[in-house]
Amino acid sequence: MIRFENVSKVYARGARPALDQVSVDVERGEFVFLVGASGSGKSTFLSLVLREQRPTRGRVYVAGRDVANLSGWRVPTLRRQLGVVFQDFRLLQNKTVHENVAFALQVIGKPRHVIRDTVPEVLDMVGLAGKGKRMPTELSGGEQQRAAIARAIVNRPQILLADEPTGNLDPTTSLGIMRLLDRINRTGTTVVMATHDDEIVNEMRRRVVELSDGVVVRDEARGGYGEREAILPHVGASPVLDAPGSGTRAPVQIVREV
Amino acid sequence: MRFQFVLGEVFSGLRRNTTMVVAVVLVTFVSLTFVGAAALLQAQIGKLKDDWYDLVEVSVFLCPEGSVAPTCATGEATDDQVEAVRKIIDTELSTEVSKVYFESKERAFEAFSERYPDGYQGTQLTADDMQASLRLKLTDAEQFAVVSDVLSGRDGVEIVEDQRAVFEPLFRTLNVATLLAAGLAGVMLLAAVLLITTTIRLSAVSRRKETEIMRLVGASNLFIQLPFLLEGALAAVLGSLLAGGGLWLAVRFMVSDWLERSVDWVAYVSEVDVLRVAPLLVIMAVALAALSSFFTLNRYTRI
Repeated sequence: MIRFENVSKVYARGARPALDQVSVDVERGEFVFLVGASGSGKSTFLSLVLREQRPTRGRVYVAGRDVANLSGWRVPTLRRQLGVVFQDFRLLQNKTVHENVAFALQVIGKPRHVIRDTVPEVLDMVGLAGKGKRMPTELSGGEQQRAAIARAIVNRPQILLADEPTGNLDPTTSLGIMRLLDRINRTGTTVVMATHDDEIVNEMRRRVVELSDGVVVRDEARGGYGEREAILPHVGASPVLDAPGSGTRAPVQIVREV
Repeated sequence: MRFQFVLGEVFSGLRRNTTMVVAVVLVTFVSLTFVGAAALLQAQIGKLKDDWYDLVEVSVFLCPEGSVAPTCATGEATDDQVEAVRKIIDTELSTEVSKVYFESKERAFEAFSERYPDGYQGTQLTADDMQASLRLKLTDAEQFAVVSDVLSGRDGVEIVEDQRAVFEPLFRTLNVATLLAAGLAGVMLLAAVLLITTTIRLSAVSRRKETEIMRLVGASNLFIQLPFLLEGALAAVLGSLLAGGGLWLAVRFMVSDWLERSVDWVAYVSEVDVLRVAPLLVIMAVALAALSSFFTLNRYTRI
């Protein structure tokens, strides 16, 4: 579904590459965690899939397309097969939840009756039934992220990209979001999620691809988050990270829904 | 659906950016008014030239009845006198004069009636009120003095007139006015382009989040840019319509109602000419907006 072949990305001439000879193959229907410290190349990875950037070297295939050589006017077609979710939700504040989700369909020219039928279905699926008329500011963080997920999947994309979707949420709310992503994955959608949330990664036991300085240092089928000290090597034992509570959180239980 | 959605976006954009949009409308209005004025001035020159300039350069007015000029002592110029003058032109002035055309009183009256179908200043005239003339086209317009020297004082010739001398200063004035209007139009058009560019940029920035989402969910380039394009075009077209309306009013009240009544021996531009110019102004406005939008949008809403 997504294939990186020796992909390198250099932003500025002479700078250290953001990605260096990365080769990753994500199968259809897989759930992949992308972990690594800030600046390790996770965001670059996602933006290459979205073709917000082109690789400096190597090839990127998404849904069977050679994305690097995709001409500009075909990019929208590619993106219609992708859904994206961000840490900061990116909902339009002047539109209701329903309008936010409908917007994604309106702007790709879907007919009105399709929108009328699909949007409530999707809102129902993400657990926002009956909240379509609320404004984003009237929702909790978790609900806003659900709305953002609804917008990302309303066009039934083959791939869902999530860039730290739980980054702004508390553990319990994050759990809810992870359940939702898991359920979307079970409908056959490939999910790639960049995250810093070690507990979620450890609990889910899905494939983990770890990036460090733009290089894939680990690709485990049912991996955990790994040593935090290894992922955040420069931070070391800091008083903030080791403050009481941060490491003693109760393990999150992911309850599988059938 | 699509259409309605785009229209909705256009109007919300116009609302959000009202002051800038008003500025664009006004600047295009003023600049296109100058463009239109320049076009109308040229049309005016064209009208004057059509009427006289190209037909005649030198008019040799032949004696009418009751003229007090000494060469007209015998009364109205006779056919013999006219023949004599023609002969002189053919022989002595053969190099200076390229074409001779005899305008009889009847022909002069026809031309006159064409211009003033309702009579001149309220009186109905007849062919006898007209003056016959020989109209000469010179090989070199500068040679007027020679022609005048040779023909003046001949029997049957009342006066030799250089029509260019009458019209040249007028044309020069009109041409200078045209240049002035065109120059101002150029400056204002530049201002309009810059203003449209800025407006679209502002609009794009204020809708950055929307366009960002549109890009990510795979809206086509055209779909993302169309509202901005239409916004600029709509404002510009509104300006051009105002310009057309302004010119129409100016011609209606200043030329048709005032100038034509006070100085009525010339053919003036009319509202019809404004209607001819107005579509060009609208096309210019659209082109202007499209051009500036195109360059801005490629920089600010790239996929």
